[in-house]
Amino acid sequence: MGPAVDFAGVTMKNPVVLASGTCGFGRELQGYFDLSRLGGIASKGLTLNERKGNEGIRAWETPSGLMNSIGLENPGVRGFIEKELDWINGHDVANIVNLGGHSIEDYLEGIALLNDVELDLLELNISCPNVKQGGMNFGIRTDTARDVVRTLRGICRHKLVVKLSPNAEDVVALARACEEEGADGLSLTNTYLGMAIDIERRRPVFDNVYAGLSGPAIRPISLRMVHQVAHAVKIPVMGIGGIATWRDAVEFIMAGATAVQIGAATFVKPDLALDVIDGIAAFLDAQGISDIAEIRGIV
Amino acid sequence: MPKVISNERISRDFWVMRVAQPNEARMGQFCMLRSWDRYPLLSRPVSVFDADPGTLSFLYKVIGEGTALLSRCREGDAVTTGRVLGNTFPLVSGRIAMVGGGVGIAPLYLAAKTLKAHDPATTVDLYLGFSDEALLVEEYAAVGDRTTVKVGGFITDAIDPEGYDCVLTCGPEIMMRVLYEKCRASGTKLYASLEKRMACGFGVCLACSCGTTAGRRKVCTDGPVFPAEEVF
Repeated sequence: MGPAVDFAGVTMKNPVVLASGTCGFGRELQGYFDLSRLGGIASKGLTLNERKGNEGIRAWETPSGLMNSIGLENPGVRGFIEKELDWINGHDVANIVNLGGHSIEDYLEGIALLNDVELDLLELNISCPNVKQGGMNFGIRTDTARDVVRTLRGICRHKLVVKLSPNAEDVVALARACEEEGADGLSLTNTYLGMAIDIERRRPVFDNVYAGLSGPAIRPISLRMVHQVAHAVKIPVMGIGGIATWRDAVEFIMAGATAVQIGAATFVKPDLALDVIDGIAAFLDAQGISDIAEIRGIV
Repeated sequence: MPKVISNERISRDFWVMRVAQPNEARMGQFCMLRSWDRYPLLSRPVSVFDADPGTLSFLYKVIGEGTALLSRCREGDAVTTGRVLGNTFPLVSGRIAMVGGGVGIAPLYLAAKTLKAHDPATTVDLYLGFSDEALLVEEYAAVGDRTTVKVGGFITDAIDPEGYDCVLTCGPEIMMRVLYEKCRASGTKLYASLEKRMACGFGVCLACSCGTTAGRRKVCTDGPVFPAEEVF
């Protein structure tokens, strides 16, 4: 009770999760705070094989936001299992493993490897905008997303959370399709497809031309999508998008999110998640709320 | 929060900020600085120019919105420095050259002081290159043995690495690459402090990841100082 939540059968001591791609595998943050205070950690996005990520400029600040084109630099599923998995499981947090892919075969092979290991939730990333093949392309069209989730749900032994793209043609329809195909939960949103131009050089800032926008700039739009989706499906939703304070987090919970993910804000203050956790708890106390579920989806 | 002791404009675009901050900063390290609350979103990576146990100094160039806000700080204003981040220049001794370009001269000041203090027999020759106006020449001359300044042109033309035991550098990548070629030809060891865009500064965003002979490395936590042969 209190701030504890049940997300698709996984108990989390509070609803605050560090978002994929903004916390590595947690190691770099351990010197800043006690990781076990978190509700969960979503791993850096994994691909079947190790990736070096994108060349050129990878980050670009925008008004109240951050564009990135990291390109899923990661050690690959095997590297993760060998070097990181036990370490994460050694902490008392929900271990959410984020898996991306360039093809259905990549996803299938990655899931097959992860089927044999201990984790709490598998977050299926069908929404990364920074890879040329696969990635977000799986999460734009409802029928494509449906096919992907159906195929992968069939072999995945873990609880499956699908991470949705705000660039989807119809995010509510896509969310419903994921639910119908057996997703245990949803997380949204990933970054928004954006662009920046270096006017002196007269060319796009990013080698891939387009990149993903995150940070407070996207919060109202993500909040709206979480509100729409959470009211349209029965499975739990993790709200993501520019959360930088406990008040932001409470907004997402009132919009219907069971848990929230902190993303770019961690870059500014490594232990910001603790401020959010403590702020939510203080808010619940001040409001005389014994179970955070009392305010979930009340708007 | 740390308080600004002084924030002095030293040329059209360059400033030196001193901050009261207990620290153990070492040569080559940096801080993620901000003097604002929530906007702009990100803090700014700035090299440590000088440090003692109670103060940190930063030499910075006003380039965009964040550094412009830093330049408006006055004595007594609060800033956020966060932790002192990154690795350090190696504690080398003997005949040392340091080559800096533009704002890249910043970490060489503490480096020169540190190496001289560590081994008084060590000599430090400073080569400082600027595009339009020389900065802090007297201050640098006071911490080195011989100072060569070049305004306009290429500072790399002024140095012959032959005879130096080690060269340390920081500045534009093209300058450091040229210097690397000269050092390679003379067999002189070169350490380069890299500058990359960073969102976090502590190793999670991967914005500053770069290719090295040892695979991908993060400039913020594996660097910013690398043996030049690993990155050029």
